[in-house]
Amino acid sequence: MSHGQLRVFELTILVLAIFLGFEVVSKVPTLLHTPLMSGTNAIHGIVIVGAILVMGAGGKDTLTWVIGFVAVILASANVVGGFVVTDRMLEMFKRRRPEPAPADSDGKPPPEQ
Amino acid sequence: MSRTTSDLLYLVTIVTFILALRFLSRPDTARLGNWIGAAGMLLAIAVTLAKSEVVSYFWIAVGMVIGGGFGAVAARRVKMTAMPQMVALFNGVGGGAAALISWAEFHNRAPEPGNLKLDVSIAIMLSALIGSISFSGSMVAFAKLQELIGGRPITYPGQQLVNGLVFGTAVAAGITIAAGGEEQWLMWALLVLASIFGVLFVLPIGGADMPVVISLLNAFTGLAAAATGFELENNVLIVSGMLVGASGTLLTVMMGRAMNRSITNVLFGAFGQVSSGAAAAASTDGGSVRSAGAEDVAVMLAYAHKVVLVPGYGLAVAQAQHDVRQLADLLEEKGVEVSYAIHPVAGRMPGHMNVLLAEANVPYPQLKEMDEANPEFGRTDVVLVVGANDVVNPDARNNEGSPIYGMPILNVDQAQTVVVLKRSMNPGFAGIENPLFFNPKTVMLFGDAKESLGKLIEDVKGL
Repeated sequence: MSHGQLRVFELTILVLAIFLGFEVVSKVPTLLHTPLMSGTNAIHGIVIVGAILVMGAGGKDTLTWVIGFVAVILASANVVGGFVVTDRMLEMFKRRRPEPAPADSDGKPPPEQ
Repeated sequence: MSRTTSDLLYLVTIVTFILALRFLSRPDTARLGNWIGAAGMLLAIAVTLAKSEVVSYFWIAVGMVIGGGFGAVAARRVKMTAMPQMVALFNGVGGGAAALISWAEFHNRAPEPGNLKLDVSIAIMLSALIGSISFSGSMVAFAKLQELIGGRPITYPGQQLVNGLVFGTAVAAGITIAAGGEEQWLMWALLVLASIFGVLFVLPIGGADMPVVISLLNAFTGLAAAATGFELENNVLIVSGMLVGASGTLLTVMMGRAMNRSITNVLFGAFGQVSSGAAAAASTDGGSVRSAGAEDVAVMLAYAHKVVLVPGYGLAVAQAQHDVRQLADLLEEKGVEVSYAIHPVAGRMPGHMNVLLAEANVPYPQLKEMDEANPEFGRTDVVLVVGANDVVNPDARNNEGSPIYGMPILNVDQAQTVVVLKRSMNPGFAGIENPLFFNPKTVMLFGDAKESLGKLIEDVKGL
C-alpha cells in the first residue's frame, strides 16, 4: 500500500469508529453517566502505547528521553487510575443487586447483610 | 513481533474496548465491562513492549511503576465524594501524555526539513493542541472541584476576545508548522499557548457545570489520542481514541440534557453570572428566614406520615450518607414512610448520589428518581433537604431571569413543610440565591450536615 492509500484506509476506520462510538453509548441511564465517563477516561489511557513507542526507541537524545519518560508516567497514571476509579464506583452498585423487591410489604427495609 | 501479528492483537484490544463501552452502558454488566477494558489495555501494553521498535525497557518500567503506583494509590484512597475531580485529574494526565508524544515526534522528525509529510504534521499539531487544552483545562476543573480555587465563574471584560486571540495564535503556530515552517520554537509556542487557552477556557465556567466540562475534555483527550495514532501509524490508538472521542461527545450532550443546559450555554454562558441581580431581587422579597433547633425538627419528623429525604452535595461533603440512612431507619421503626428523592445531578455528577447512598446500603426501592418523586411531594408531610440547594430552587421553575431557569428541579416546595439542613445562608455551588429558604413553609436547621443529622438521630431516639 502506498502512503496515500494507507492514510485513506486509516481515515476510513476513523470515520467508522466515530459512528460506532455514538452507537455503543446511545442508551445509557443517567445512573451510569459518571461511571461511563470514567470508563472512557480509562480507555483513552491507550496513549500509553504511544508513550512506550517514544520511550522504547533506540538512539534518543536527552530531550526525547525526558519527554518520553514523563509521557509514560502520565499515561500509566491515566490507565491504572482510570480503571481503578471506575471499578470503585461500580462496586457500589453491585452490592445491592440481589436486594430489590422481597420483604418490603410491611415497609421495613431488607435486613443488613 | 511482526507488524502483522501486533496489529492483529491490537484488533483484539479494539474489540474489548467496544465491548467495554457496551457493557458499561448497562447496570448489570457495567463492572464486567470495566474489567474487559482493563484486560484489553493490558494486552495492548504487552504487545507494544514486544514490538521490535522497542529496544529499551528499564526506564519504561520505572515510569510505569511511578505513574501506575500514583494512579492506583490516588484512586484507592480517594473518598467517593471526590470521584469527580479524580476523573478530571486522570483525564488531564492522559491529555498531557498525548501532547508530549506529539512534541517528541516533532522534535525527532523535524530537524531534517521536508521529512515531515503534511498529514503527519497535521496530526502532530492536532494532538499537541487538543492534548494541551485537555491537560490544563482538566487541571483547572480539578482545582475548582477540589476547592483549591473558587467554584464561581471567573470573568472579566473582553474575555471572549482574549480567549479567541490566544486560541487563534496557537492555531496559527500550528498552521505555520504544517505549511513547512518546522521550527522548534513554534512547537513550544503552540504547547504553551494551547495550555494557557485550556486554563482560560475553563476558568469562566462555574463549578456546577464542571461535570459537563470534564466529560467534554474527556472526549478531547480521546481525539488527541486518535491524532497520535496518525502520527505513529498505529490502529489501536486511532480507533480507541476516536471511540472515546465520539462516545464522550455524545455523553457530554446527554449530561447537558439531564441538567437542561445546552453545551454552548455551558461553555460560553458563564453560569451564575447571567443575571444574579434579578435572582437576588426575586429571592429577598419572599420574607425572612426561619430557623429551628434539632429537637423541634425531630418531633416534626417522628410524627409525620410521609417523609422524603433530598440529599445533595452537602451530604456528600459531610460524608453523612451513613447518618442519613440511620435517621431514615429510625423513622421507619416509628412507622414513618421514608423515601429518598434523587435529582439526576445531585452530588456533583449525574449518578453520583446513587453511588454514595448505595455505599451506605440504602435499600434500592427507597430511591426515587426525579420523575417518580415529584408527583409525591403534594402528599408529603416533611421534606428533609440535606445539603441540596440548586436542585430544589423554585426559581428554576418561576423566575425567567434566573440563570438556572428551565432546569428540572425537585418540587419540594409543594410539601407541607420543608426542613433544610445547611451550613449557612451562603448561596450554593452555582452562586445563586434560593427563594425556597425564604418560603414561610421552610425551616432552616443550620450546621454541618453530619452534626445536624447526629443531633436529629439522638432526639428522634429520645422521643
